[in-house]
Amino acid sequence: MAHDLMTTPGTGSAPKGGAAGRSPLGRFVRWDVLVTALLIAVFLAGAAGSPDFANAGNLSFALGDLGEIALIALAMTLLVVAAEVDLSVASVLGLSSAMIGALWDAGWAIETIIPLVVVVGAVCGLVNGLLVTRLGLPSLAVTIGTLALYRGLAYVVLGDKAVAEFPQRYTDLVTGDVPGTPIPYPVALFVLLAIITGVVLHATGAGRALFAIGSQEEAAFFAGIRVKRIKLVLFVVSGTMAAFAGVVYTLRYGSARADNGFGVELAVIAAVLLGGVDFDGGKGTLGGVIAGVLLIGLLRNLLMLNDVATEIQSIVTGLLLIVSVLTPRLAAVVRQRRRSPAPHTPLSSEAESNR
Amino acid sequence: MRDPGEAEAPRGPAPGTAPPPVLALRKAGKSFGAVRALREVSLELFAGEAHALAGENGAGKSTLVKTLSGVHRPDEGEVLLDGAPVEFGGPAAAQEAGVAVIYQEPTLFPDLSVAENIFMGRQPRARFGRIDRRAMHAEATELFTGLGVAIDPGRPARGLSIADQQLVEIAKALSRRARVLIMDEPTAALSGNEVARLFNVVKTLREQGCAVLFISHRLDEIFELCQRVTILRDGAWVAGEPISALTPDDLVRRMVGRDLDTLYPKQDTLPGEVALTVGRLTREGVFTDVSFEVRRGEIVALAGLVGAGRSEVARAIFGVDRWDAGTVEVGGRRLPPGSPTAAMAAGLALVPEDRRQQGLVMDLSIERNIGLTGLKSVRRGPVISRAAERDRARDWAARLQLKFTRLGDAVNVLSGGNQQKVVLAKWLATDPAVLIVDEPTRGIDIGTKAEVHRLLSELAGRGIAILMISSDLPEVLGMADRVLVMHEGRLAAEIPRERATEESVMSAATGRDGAAA
Ligand SMILES: Nc1ncnc2c1ncn2[C@@H]1O[C@H](COP(=O)(O)OP(=O)(O)OP(=O)(O)O)[C@@H](O)[C@H]1O
Ligand SMILES: [Mg+2]
Repeated sequence: MAHDLMTTPGTGSAPKGGAAGRSPLGRFVRWDVLVTALLIAVFLAGAAGSPDFANAGNLSFALGDLGEIALIALAMTLLVVAAEVDLSVASVLGLSSAMIGALWDAGWAIETIIPLVVVVGAVCGLVNGLLVTRLGLPSLAVTIGTLALYRGLAYVVLGDKAVAEFPQRYTDLVTGDVPGTPIPYPVALFVLLAIITGVVLHATGAGRALFAIGSQEEAAFFAGIRVKRIKLVLFVVSGTMAAFAGVVYTLRYGSARADNGFGVELAVIAAVLLGGVDFDGGKGTLGGVIAGVLLIGLLRNLLMLNDVATEIQSIVTGLLLIVSVLTPRLAAVVRQRRRSPAPHTPLSSEAESNR
Repeated sequence: MRDPGEAEAPRGPAPGTAPPPVLALRKAGKSFGAVRALREVSLELFAGEAHALAGENGAGKSTLVKTLSGVHRPDEGEVLLDGAPVEFGGPAAAQEAGVAVIYQEPTLFPDLSVAENIFMGRQPRARFGRIDRRAMHAEATELFTGLGVAIDPGRPARGLSIADQQLVEIAKALSRRARVLIMDEPTAALSGNEVARLFNVVKTLREQGCAVLFISHRLDEIFELCQRVTILRDGAWVAGEPISALTPDDLVRRMVGRDLDTLYPKQDTLPGEVALTVGRLTREGVFTDVSFEVRRGEIVALAGLVGAGRSEVARAIFGVDRWDAGTVEVGGRRLPPGSPTAAMAAGLALVPEDRRQQGLVMDLSIERNIGLTGLKSVRRGPVISRAAERDRARDWAARLQLKFTRLGDAVNVLSGGNQQKVVLAKWLATDPAVLIVDEPTRGIDIGTKAEVHRLLSELAGRGIAILMISSDLPEVLGMADRVLVMHEGRLAAEIPRERATEESVMSAATGRDGAAA
């Protein structure tokens, strides 16, 4: 937003509904409620359209299939609320997977490999965070760079081999269900982490600080909030979560490859934005993001059940991303038109927000 | 209600003829949802006349300005240009009709140069339609010389102080050579010198036949510049009359609806132990060797011209800027440079100069903004208690008589003065030992100003050390126990209350010798 007027930050961004502020749109429909309704509609449509859809086996599979996206989306939500983004998550996932493969091949024990790769993920996040906070670079640019860098490292570590022979004892850990329920372990873990993230975001000082940083960083800094430190921590959490998702992914497919999780960052960001988090920061709810993640998961599952090609799946993800960014903005424009019939030159819309 | 037009005698440059007002508002109404910001307000601006618009915070002054300038379309009533109804489709149309507006809050493009901002959309052209930079800079420099300020036209607008931004806005409006000049609190951030220069320029324009609408919460300015005044209260027209018929007290009574007791209720307090010590503080190129102390119970004013480095010193003390040399101690504890968090923990609070960028998160609610400085104090375990958070905000909103609809409303729908109150609330709620206030009453109406002064005085009475930066000289003289005067980045004088006069402060501020020491 290079040419945003300096005294009116964020006027270019359309409000989405959320706990962080009563948006004009939010007065009528909350975006996250809308997404939840859509989620239910898709579920019912799926159940009506395909007999294989609404049964415990498939749903459990669909949820499990969503595990990595969901885990990474939690950390991504915090970042996007603070007006940052991490595009390198899928590459960290790949790097983590490649390291598991290489180290397992070299005869290491899984019990040592897992903590090690998670630490490496944290370091990857730390590098992102330092570049953003110490050098003041935009996270979009930094993490596009490290997206390529970390994926490259993954290939250096494992080449284009696939390491596949993990003992069932370990793969069961991620494909198995919590005893007595149809809930896969990763889903149970996700629920736990989601609760923690939700509390942090919506009920702690740190969460309040994130919303303030996302909507107006300078004012947050003047209020004594440690903006840089908080951002650094967020990037580390994001890297850690991505590496951990790499562990889950590798064990779930029983296959370690350098190209694992290719493109997952887009699905994650689509889910976060679809869930009503404003890409410009400062607005969003975790509930919305969870609905967004589930919606993307169900759609992918439905497309798969109906044998739709992966290219189409990718197209759907892309379209969802665009729609979720576009819709609130269109709604804002329509609303402004209705409120004052005068044509809106940039000056007038600025001046109007300038009381 | 009396019709304001009714009592008007024919007026205008040529006696006998009655040219219609250049720009007028007739029975205009404007609502924002449930808020009726204007109702049945009429106002006439005549060529060659300066007209004041007065009213408390939230009375609807800025809304009236925006209705005149085509930003808002009135819900009822109409705008008249040269006596004929007109509908400005937007600010651009009003500009074309010769109406130049300085809005209350500067709206500059941060990445463009000062000159580009001034001539946005109508840059002087050289051959082949290229923008003639040299002509643009020369013209900008000329405008600034007229205003008596030295702003480099080539520098980007980003990083300009609020006062400088305001001056650029003024230059922008003046450069349009408009028939109607509307100024919404142009002087709020300016000190005496710049105001005097601005008034000279405006008086010249007026003599050349320009109609002027002027808004200010400083009543002396209204009396100095204007011939007529229109007064609004809660969106309604209260009075429209010649200034000469009014005393300042009359004006206040009409604005506030009651008499006002003293504007500067300064209590005498015995200064206690030293709370803030600043030792030889230096930030290269900004300020040099600044040393002073503030004791508990004392109000120390930091006076000086715009650009003397007062705000910069405050920012460094609070840690939002780093310093290059020197020390800052709060209650005997040395602060590390560049850490607002540490400064807060030591009991320091800073109400910054620029409330829209630094003081408030404009998109967040009143409650969340007030809560931002108290994230640790409203917790139960690691989790924030919504009730405690809300009570704290409601309590402070009430103590500062904040005018709002709901605590959950975003602060950007509040009027300017009420926004300032939220900033004050946010910091007072931290229960600071040392309070630094940078232009605490900028844009605040006279009733609230008295309220803020009473509050500052009361805080000092409770033993808080207060460092007050103000460009409002009467405020400095009325409130301060001691006045520190800065000139070009150095402390030029320290004047105790007894010897502080307009002359002594101004001569130290402008670098003339003899006043100090
Ligand atoms: N866009 C808006 N949406 C909602 N309410 C608004 C809007 N603009 C102004 N208001 C409300 O209208 C009323 C008048 O506001 P206005 O800004 O005109 O006051 P003002 O007289 O300029 O005050 P100040 O002296 O503080 O600048 C206030 O109650 C304000 O909250
Ligand atoms: Mg105003």
